[in-house]
Amino acid sequence: MRTPIAYFLMLAGILFAMGTVGVLVNRNALRIFMSVELQLNAVNLTLVSFARMHSDLGGQVLAFFSMVVAAAEVVVGLAIIVSIYRRRRTIDVDAAREMRW
Amino acid sequence: MVGAVLGELVPHVSSTLWLIPALPLIGAVVNLFLGNRLGKWAGILSTVLVFASFAVSLAAVLNLLTNASENRLAIEHLFDWISVGGFQVGADLRLDTLSATMILVVTGIGALIHLYSIGYMAEDPRRGRFFAYMNLFVFFMLMLVLGANYLVLYVGWEGVGLCSYLLIGFWYTVSGNAEAAKKAFITTRIGDTLMLIGLALLVFKFGTLDFEAIFGTAGSVLTKDAATVIALLLFAGAIGKSAQLPLQVWLPDAMAGPTPVSALIHAATMVTAGVYLVVRSHVLFELSGVALTVVLVIGVATALFAATCAIAQFDIKRVLAYSTISQLGYMFIAVGMHAYGVAMFFLAAHACYKALMFLGAGSVIHGVHDEQDMRQMGGLRRAMPWTFVTFTIGGLAQAGVPPLAGFFAKDALLEVANHTSRETVYVLGSIAAFLTAFYIGRMICMTFLGRARSDAAEHAHESGWVMLAPLVVLAIGVVAAGILQLNPEGVMTKALEPVVGAAALGGGLSVAALIGIAVAVALLSLAAAWWIYGSGRVDTVAFRARMEPMATAAQRGWYVDRAYDVAIVQPAKSVARLTSDVVDAVVIDGAVNGIAGLVKRSASGGKLLQTGFVRTYALVLFLGAVLVLGFIGVRG
Repeated sequence: MRTPIAYFLMLAGILFAMGTVGVLVNRNALRIFMSVELQLNAVNLTLVSFARMHSDLGGQVLAFFSMVVAAAEVVVGLAIIVSIYRRRRTIDVDAAREMRW
Repeated sequence: MVGAVLGELVPHVSSTLWLIPALPLIGAVVNLFLGNRLGKWAGILSTVLVFASFAVSLAAVLNLLTNASENRLAIEHLFDWISVGGFQVGADLRLDTLSATMILVVTGIGALIHLYSIGYMAEDPRRGRFFAYMNLFVFFMLMLVLGANYLVLYVGWEGVGLCSYLLIGFWYTVSGNAEAAKKAFITTRIGDTLMLIGLALLVFKFGTLDFEAIFGTAGSVLTKDAATVIALLLFAGAIGKSAQLPLQVWLPDAMAGPTPVSALIHAATMVTAGVYLVVRSHVLFELSGVALTVVLVIGVATALFAATCAIAQFDIKRVLAYSTISQLGYMFIAVGMHAYGVAMFFLAAHACYKALMFLGAGSVIHGVHDEQDMRQMGGLRRAMPWTFVTFTIGGLAQAGVPPLAGFFAKDALLEVANHTSRETVYVLGSIAAFLTAFYIGRMICMTFLGRARSDAAEHAHESGWVMLAPLVVLAIGVVAAGILQLNPEGVMTKALEPVVGAAALGGGLSVAALIGIAVAVALLSLAAAWWIYGSGRVDTVAFRARMEPMATAAQRGWYVDRAYDVAIVQPAKSVARLTSDVVDAVVIDGAVNGIAGLVKRSASGGKLLQTGFVRTYALVLFLGAVLVLGFIGVRG
């Protein structure tokens, strides 16, 4: 017997909510970053679940794409965080708020 | 029927004509890029190239003349230039006896002037650039006269205008020179624009710009009125280029350029392009008839007008400038009387003696250390014997003293006027001839005779052989050229007949009487000039004072400049000021600045949203996503 699709979706929803809260409450750039990854993976899980539900490989392929893009994004994002740290000796996102009016 | 005569010309295909304009073009390109590094070789290179071009021209013309007179036409097709639908324009060159006359004048006199320039410009640091422009000018002038259709002619036409501009303003750091260059360019542009409209009408009517096709079919295609409109538009271009009334104002100011430029462009070649254009297009003018009368009237008016101005000038180059305008008027008189052969001989003869006089004037200016005011000269015949003799030969030629070239030109012209029962033209032409001889005499007396009137004139020195050699060659030319046209039906007219047809002459005074009158006019006038300015028996300052205010008015060109200033330049400036200070500054800038200000003010509130807190942005993003998804969910 198959595990009902709803379970997967609920898990994905919980993961996404955790990620969202993590992004909103954390001030440490690295932790925000990890939370974003959590959101991404929640979405990937959703994609895979629906792919299985519809017996359509398209969703799984899209999940792979999203992982690859996420990997690339991690590289760029970490590089930015490292360079911010080198310059300011902190990665508190609230400290970096020069880009305003 | 002139058109029929044209149709009978059987063209030969030529393959060497392109060399004639190409040689000076090479010089222009090389000198433009390397001129200032070549030092004195820049001048030598460009002079040699123009001499080579002259040699090729001479060979081509001699080759042409070996044919029977109805076969004297060579066409060279270089490449298809424009091919749009049924409209074709080829880069074609055309050598017939008319363009042959022109290329020999352009390259022959051009080469001598280049040689002279080596000496004249020896001290100038930018002589590489100077020779580049000079060679470029020769190239464009040759394209103008060799073109087999109106478009090639027009390219040359505009090209020589550009070179004229560049060379008038060559010493642009001297105040006023750049202004003079601009004035020359803009004034001739008025004529050029009208001419361009004329060319557009030709395309509209004929669907082609080729000379052969247009002149061959003009009689059946054009009505008399259409021919008049087109001919007058073309003549407007000629008026601008040849400095005829009412666009004569630019030429006296154009004397700001170096003297060899004045000799080459503003005496011998470019300004005569207008005469060439009318002679080349004579089929259209003949068709119209009215247009030729306009040419005649403008020619007479200009010849008289400019001659009166020349008498009152003190600047030696301005005398020559006004005399050039006056002589060009003579050429248009000849054209207006259907005497194209006479006009072309006048053109060639004038090119010789006026180039000679300009180069002589340049030698004088050099000799007295850049002084151009004749009141500061005097007595130069002792210090500058070669310049004196050659200049005087040129002067006497223009005054109409036999047996010099100018005499035959003017005599032939007056004979045509008399023998075609144009009594008014004959009388006015003779009056202009009297004035001409008078200002020539005045100029020679003030410059070379009497005693030195300034330190510079005391210490004048003769120019070097590089400058004197062209003077001597041109002087010989002026003496010898007369044999080409001993009367209105001379060698030149006969040679040109297949191209331009012949004028019908009636009866009038006998030739001997006409010659007697012409010579008497010239000699009397010269004697009067000598009595006043050369004999020392008349106080010239008091003489002039008695002539006031006419003398000053004539010196200022009868205030035409001022009239144009009041009637055209100032109103134009007012309009420009209105558009810049009101339309541009208030209306256009107001609209632009107003919109920018509006955006800025509305942004001053919105920009506060930009807090700089990344997490605020994330929250807003999240809430926005919730809102959108919620909306989609509610709608179902």
